Order: sequence, then C-alpha cells, then structure tokens
Amino acid sequence: MKIAVCVKQVPEGNSRIDPGTKRLDRSGEGALNGFDANAVEEALRLRDATGEGEVVLVSLGPAKAQDVLRKALAMGADRAVHVSDETAGGSDLVATSYALAKALEREGADLILFGQQAADSDGAVLWAAVADRLRLPVVSQAAELTHAGGKLTIKRQTEFGYDVIEAPLPAVVAVSDAINEPRYPSLKGIMGAKSKPQETLSLAELEIEPERAGEPGSRTEVYALSDPPARADSRKIDDDGNAAQAILDFLAEKRLV
Amino acid sequence: MNFDLDQEHELVRSTVRAFAEERVAPVAEELDRESRFPYDLVGELAELGLMGMTIPEAYGGAGADTVSYAIAIEELTRVDSSVAITVAAHHSLGTLPIFYFGSEEQKQRWLPELAAGRKLSAFGLTEPGAGSDAGATRTHAELRDGEWVVNGSKIFITNAGTDITACVTITARTGEDEISNIIVPNGTPGYEISKPMKKLGWRASDTRELSFKDAAVPDENLLGPRGQGFQQFLEILDGGRISVAAMGVGLAQGAYDLAYGYAQERQQFGKPISKFQAVQFKLADMATELEAGRNLVYKAAWLKDQGRDFALAAAQAKLFTGELSNRAVNWALQIHGGYGYMDEYAISRLYRDQKILEIGEGTNEVQRMVIARHLGV
Ligand SMILES: Cc1cc2nc3c(=O)[nH]c(=O)nc-3n(C[C@H](O)[C@H](O)[C@H](O)COP(=O)(O)OP(=O)(O)OC[C@H]3O[C@@H](n4cnc5c(N)ncnc54)[C@H](O)[C@@H]3O)c2cc1C
Repeated sequence: MKIAVCVKQVPEGNSRIDPGTKRLDRSGEGALNGFDANAVEEALRLRDATGEGEVVLVSLGPAKAQDVLRKALAMGADRAVHVSDETAGGSDLVATSYALAKALEREGADLILFGQQAADSDGAVLWAAVADRLRLPVVSQAAELTHAGGKLTIKRQTEFGYDVIEAPLPAVVAVSDAINEPRYPSLKGIMGAKSKPQETLSLAELEIEPERAGEPGSRTEVYALSDPPARADSRKIDDDGNAAQAILDFLAEKRLV
Repeated sequence: MNFDLDQEHELVRSTVRAFAEERVAPVAEELDRESRFPYDLVGELAELGLMGMTIPEAYGGAGADTVSYAIAIEELTRVDSSVAITVAAHHSLGTLPIFYFGSEEQKQRWLPELAAGRKLSAFGLTEPGAGSDAGATRTHAELRDGEWVVNGSKIFITNAGTDITACVTITARTGEDEISNIIVPNGTPGYEISKPMKKLGWRASDTRELSFKDAAVPDENLLGPRGQGFQQFLEILDGGRISVAAMGVGLAQGAYDLAYGYAQERQQFGKPISKFQAVQFKLADMATELEAGRNLVYKAAWLKDQGRDFALAAAQAKLFTGELSNRAVNWALQIHGGYGYMDEYAISRLYRDQKILEIGEGTNEVQRMVIARHLGV
C-alpha cells in the first residue's frame, strides 16, 4: 500500500501573529506538528505490518520546513515531497488544499493521512477540503485504523463514544492523537535520512496557476486583530494562609458551590 | 568559518532533548533517591541507538560523529547526570577501546552486543594507589599456560557491576616497565565486584571496586599489542574528556534553565526576583560562560571528527566546563534560595551531581598539567 502523509511545520511554543502582515510569525524555531507525528507513526505501522508499501511525505511550506520532513524521514518514512514556492506564502485553506491536492494527485496514493489539526491555526478542516478536491471518502478523528481485505476500518472518536466506519481505498483519514504514541527517530534513522529521496517542487512544476496560490488564491482576508477581551469579573487571591477560604467564599458568592 | 550545526546535529539535539524531558525527567528524582540503576532507560536508549553512537553500523552502532555524540551527552546531562554518565562511560570508556585497539576477532565478538546497548562495558584504570598517577598501576597480569592471570584491584569503576555488564577492560602491568590492556569478562572466576559504592551524586549510576585474585582470561583477551596499555589509555582519556566536557555544558545548561524559570516565578519585594540586577547578572554570566564552554566542546569534538589532534582542545574543554558547571550550579542554587536546598527541587540534585566533573577522567589539576605540557612548559 502506498501511503501519503501530509505534514506541516508549526512554530514551536506559543505562536505570535505579526500585526503588520497579519500573518503568523514563522521566523522562530519550528517543529513537526504533533498530530502529524501521529499520522506519520500510523503510516509507518501500517507499512511495517505488511512489510511492503511506501510512506511518502508531502508538505507545503517555506524552505525551513525541510527540517520537519527530515525528522519524519528519520522516523522511517521513505521519501519526501516538499512543495515550496515564495508565491505560496499567505495561502489559506482554499489555496493550500488546492496545492496539496495537486501534489497528492501526482502521487496517487492508496491512503492519504493527515493530522487532525495543526497547532498553529487549529483549523481542522484542511483534510476535508483536500478530500473534496480529490473526490475521495474522508474520515476524521481516527483513534484506531486497520487495513484488511482492501478496505479500512476506522474507529472514530466522538463526543459520546466511538463510531466504527468502513471505507474503501483510496481514502483520506485524519488521525487524532489517541491513535498512537509517535516514536522517537533512532540515531540510525537520523543518520540515514539525508540519503533518502527528497524532492522540492515549485508551484509551476505542479501546474498550479499563480492566481490560485498564495494570497491571490486565498479567499480569507484578515480585517483586524485584537486581543481577546479581558476576563470579566475575575478576582486574584493572594495566599496569605486563607486562600482556600477565600476561594470557597468566592464560589459560594457566585452560587457555584 | 561556519558556526551552524548540520541538520543531523539539530535532529539529534531535538530527539535527545525530547527523550530526556519525556522519559528521563519524570523518574530522575526517584532513581537518585533510591540509588537505582536505570535499566529501563538503558533499554530505551539502546533502542534509539544512543548506546553505541559513534561505532560504525557494521559493528552494530549508529555511525554518528563525535559532535552528535557530544550533543546527545549534553542533552541527557541537562536533565540527569546519572543517565548521561552511564551512556558516556559505556560508549567512550567501555566500548571505544575495543573498537580502537581490538583485533577484528575481538571486535566481532564484543562490539555488536555493546554497540547495540544490550550489554554494558567498563574501563578499569583507577586503583587505590593509582589515581591521577594512573601509570602507577599495580594490578599485574602474568602469562601462564596461554592465559593471563590477573591479580590486583581497581576502584571507582563505572558500569562494572550491572546485571547487563559484559566485561571490563583493565590496565595491568604485564612486565617490569610494561602496561597492557586486558578484557576481563564478568563472571571470570577470581574476579570479584563490590557492592555499589555510595556517593554524593551520580547516585543512579553504577560505581564499583573490583578485585582480581588469580583471575584467568584467555591469551587472546589482550587488547592490541602487549605493552601498549599506557599509550592506549591516554588516547582513551583524551576522547573521554570530550564526554565529560559535554556533561559540564549540559549540567550548566540544566542549572541555568532551572534558575531562569525559577527567577521569573519567585516574587519577593513585590516583584519577580528576575527583576533584580543581582539575579540578572548571575544569569547573564551563566549564559555567557555556557556559550564559551559549548564552543570549546564542539570544537574539540569537531577536531576529532576531522581526524586532527584534539588532545589539547579536549583538556581545555574539560577544564573550562568542569569549572563553569561548578559556578553555574552554585549560582543557580543561590537563585533558588532555601527551596534549592530541598530534595524536591531538581537543582539540589544537579548541585550534588556537579563536583565529580572536576575530578573524573582527570582532575582540574591534571587537566592543567596536560595543557601545560602541550604549551611546552
Ligand atoms: C563517580 C566516579 C566514577 C569514576 N569512574 C571511573 C571509571 O569508570 N574508570 C576509572 O578508571 N576511573 C574512574 N574514576 C576515577 C577517577 O578518574 C579518579 O578519581 C580521578 O582520576 C582522580 O584520582 P584519585 O581519586 O585517586 O585522586 P588523587 O589522584 O589522589 O588526587 C587527589 C588530589 O590531588 C591532586 N593531585 C594529584 N596529583 C597531583 C599533581 N601531580 N599536581 C597537582 N595536584 C595533584 C588531584 O588533582 C586531587 O585534587 C571514577 C571516579 C568517581 C568518583
């Protein structure tokens, strides 16, 4: 089975929005998005369970995103495709899903895995948009994934329990962090990652029209940024030995206890 | 000139840092309190390939360079010294001598298990009467009927007595003015290992006294040519100093990180203590010394990777980082005030773990002697 995993580099720690560009500040250290590490792990397990197939990484991002591809290769993925182009900066859901769909079309994988959401924007919809463009079935919140007899069985986390869903291949699946515990890259994996095939593609190479990429290809516009409103009616209690009583009084006053 | 690390180095750092924070940090305090050897963690480190980092893949290692190794040791020490020294002593003192000086047969026999970290190894140089003056070894080995018969004792030997220790390489007198290295497998009749020694720090690491009473090992356990033992251990110590220097940087970084965090949380006189210049200056000095120390360590490691002479750089790095880690834990604990003196605060463990860095693999005084010798005075 050929498995494509979409991975994203997200800023490490708390993300900051640049008030000038109204875009996320990506200048600091980056890390492999946590949910994407779960997706990579799941792909490796599916591949290794049968001992055959290929795990190919797909990422849209600036040159720096190389680092997360390298990490996922060190974890054990076979190959990486990096879509990197200056004109892709500022891509929103619409433009990003278009570019990824183009790259994925070229791969023709049996299974496309996503992490549920990215830690920077927490959108949790990209996989749906990509699946729609590719006209493929999509299952999200996957907490368990099995592949047998040419189809997938997915345990999908819901508010009240699990749905068990079967899907034919090819399909798009977005995994939750309940699905597995991502491995650490091994030292051998780290040393070997450099020599694995990695290609960098421009938008033109994927035949993506300039007007469908970056800001021109995006439909989202940020009008303004503002701080979240201060929490109303909060009270700070300093512990002078009576903090517990003060908290209790506060809760009682609000009729919460 | 280029100060950027390779992508591999960065990946080694982020991987080992994540491992140290997620797997080691939660148990470090308990392992220390119970003086318990970290078997489970050694198993996990082995899985990741961290026990045989610079041994080539052909012998079961990871084939990494010395810079990667130094980074890994640094990151482990940032969180826990006992775990770091277990890795460092196994790799640089136990395993490397066999890789450097062993015959192809010896390498085939020992390295796959050692490099994979399924077994541990130790290096026994220090004796009750031979510390800084390591050439004063009194342990001796006599060739009788095709066997080396060893008599004598060793002290403070790291990793010698764990349940998974395969062997110790010892220095022994094999003639009047002749020192050789000999591999003594654990379980050899006449080779006895003391109970773990009780110590100020590095409590979860294994430290033993060894005694040899007519302990006989096959002739082929001689490491390299007879009489080369002195040269060989000097070479091993040169490399080992990079490990201990990396530990100095890691420990100082760990102490700095703890102090940095604490200084922002702790309020006195109505503000965080990080707002007081006296605290800021300590942090500024620590950060500056750390930068200098780290550059010395990476340079020594880099020289070794380039196949150049690194002995002076390694001694300088070891001396400087040993002393800087002393200042760092001292200042970091001072910033913690009375809380830092309590076992619940990690800085108290880092403080105890520090002192040995100025003693093991050559004391500060010995480093200065080595450096002075290089200066030609
Ligand atoms: C926890 C721990 C783990 C260790 N692990 C190992 C191991 O795995 N393998 C191993 O072989 N050894 C190991 N050692 C031993 C360590 O390397 C020695 O303790 C160290 O080399 C110092 O020797 P010594 O303790 O005999 O001190 P001494 O040599 O007795 O030194 C005492 C003091 O005198 C000073 N001094 C000595 N000679 C001179 C001189 N000529 N000029 C100026 N000052 C001098 C020293 O610097 C020191 O301050 C370990 C030690 C410890 C504590």
